[in-house]
Amino acid sequence: MIRVVLPAHLRTLAGVRREVELQIEGRATQRAMLDALEAAYPMLRGTIRDHLTQQRRPLVRFFACERDLSQESPDAPLPDAVAKGEQPFLIVGAMAGG
Amino acid sequence: MSRVRVLVGTRKGAFVLTSDGARAQWDISGPHFAGWEIYHLKGSPADPNRLYASQSSGWFGQVIQRSNDGGKTWQPAGNAFAYDGVPGTHQWYDGTQHPWEFKRVWHLEPSLADPDTVYAGAEDAALFRSTDGGQTWRELPGLRGHGSGPSWAPGAGGMCLHTIVQHPSDPRRIFIAISAAGVFRTDDAGETWRPMNRGLRSEGIPDPNAEVGHCVHRIAMHPSRPSVLFMQKHWDVMRSDDAGESWHEVSGNLPTDFGFPIDVHAHEPDTIYVVPIKSDSEHYPPEGKLRVYRSRTGGHDWEALTNGLPQRDCYVNVLRDAMAVDSLDPCGVYFGTSGGQVYASANAGDAWAPIVRDLPAVVSVEVQTLP
Repeated sequence: MIRVVLPAHLRTLAGVRREVELQIEGRATQRAMLDALEAAYPMLRGTIRDHLTQQRRPLVRFFACERDLSQESPDAPLPDAVAKGEQPFLIVGAMAGG
Repeated sequence: MSRVRVLVGTRKGAFVLTSDGARAQWDISGPHFAGWEIYHLKGSPADPNRLYASQSSGWFGQVIQRSNDGGKTWQPAGNAFAYDGVPGTHQWYDGTQHPWEFKRVWHLEPSLADPDTVYAGAEDAALFRSTDGGQTWRELPGLRGHGSGPSWAPGAGGMCLHTIVQHPSDPRRIFIAISAAGVFRTDDAGETWRPMNRGLRSEGIPDPNAEVGHCVHRIAMHPSRPSVLFMQKHWDVMRSDDAGESWHEVSGNLPTDFGFPIDVHAHEPDTIYVVPIKSDSEHYPPEGKLRVYRSRTGGHDWEALTNGLPQRDCYVNVLRDAMAVDSLDPCGVYFGTSGGQVYASANAGDAWAPIVRDLPAVVSVEVQTLP
């Protein structure tokens, strides 16, 4: 089980609380986690990564275990603590504005 | 007794304002989609309880929302807007070529006949259509494929397809307008398009009389007279009497002919409304006086409508999609401002009062007249 924390606007859109829990079959990667998230909450498709390219949207960041994972390969394994559900995977709207 | 429902899109959410036919007391619902930019909401003429909303965010992109109960509840619809084929390039601000990139939906125009069919005008400019209630979208590629696409350029707000006007009885004829390309018309339901800009003159482009490249801000039509179109261009208020084949200026005695919205009275096809703005570099009313101008002669002769509107120290703007009319008698006229006010007149503009004063900046206003 993987715990994912969504930013406020996406929680409202998906109608969920701060944290959602996902079951992933096979290797726990960023791509597998986002696939599971979008399968559970189809309204999030296109809001975190581009529909067509599957690239992370430029103002969305991924943090976990006090590290910035935004530039990691989508197919790299998630940190162990995230894969085991000990730490959440944070999807964050980049700080912008005043 | 008839009712009206005013759909307001703002920089930070959507609001639904409802009143009875007297249009004196209003119920305010919202913010819906709080914190998101709502470029446009519009109801289906074929089913007034079916509403569509364009919800967007610089962070999280485009979402389309749909309501089946007049805005009480909403459900996310499809948001995959993919250009047909290789998107190609258009002109950038500096004259170089720039790739076409989808940014947001500026305008949603439900079909006159089918609640499940809706058009979406996008930035970067393209026209999309859904025939399944917004679940899936397909570009009508003949527009960008017209051949002039590489010469289209963004206006200050982006290269947006912001206006979609359907012929009231011929579903094959649709007009669209793009900033800054101009007006295009299809007569075969979107397969092919022709530019409709003859007579427009724009000093800010290399050839002021070019076939495309004009910054058209808005066009409007009265359904009883579909061959007559009115236009608020970047500068100039224009009129066409031949379904867009040619245009002539009707700015007349306006204090300035810069502005964004233009609309037509519901029952008088020659009565039109604009909101003059000082200039393209000063987006507020001249002299700090918020005035709607009305022409009862289809242009040329204009009168200032000021009763109930601030006549000093007013420096708001009224954007292109932020004016609408209801179809009651007398005709109601509505507009929203960048200062968050939505003004209404229940007597065709003779007197105005704010419905609300302190919303986020208003981007769009639409009105539904309900039985």
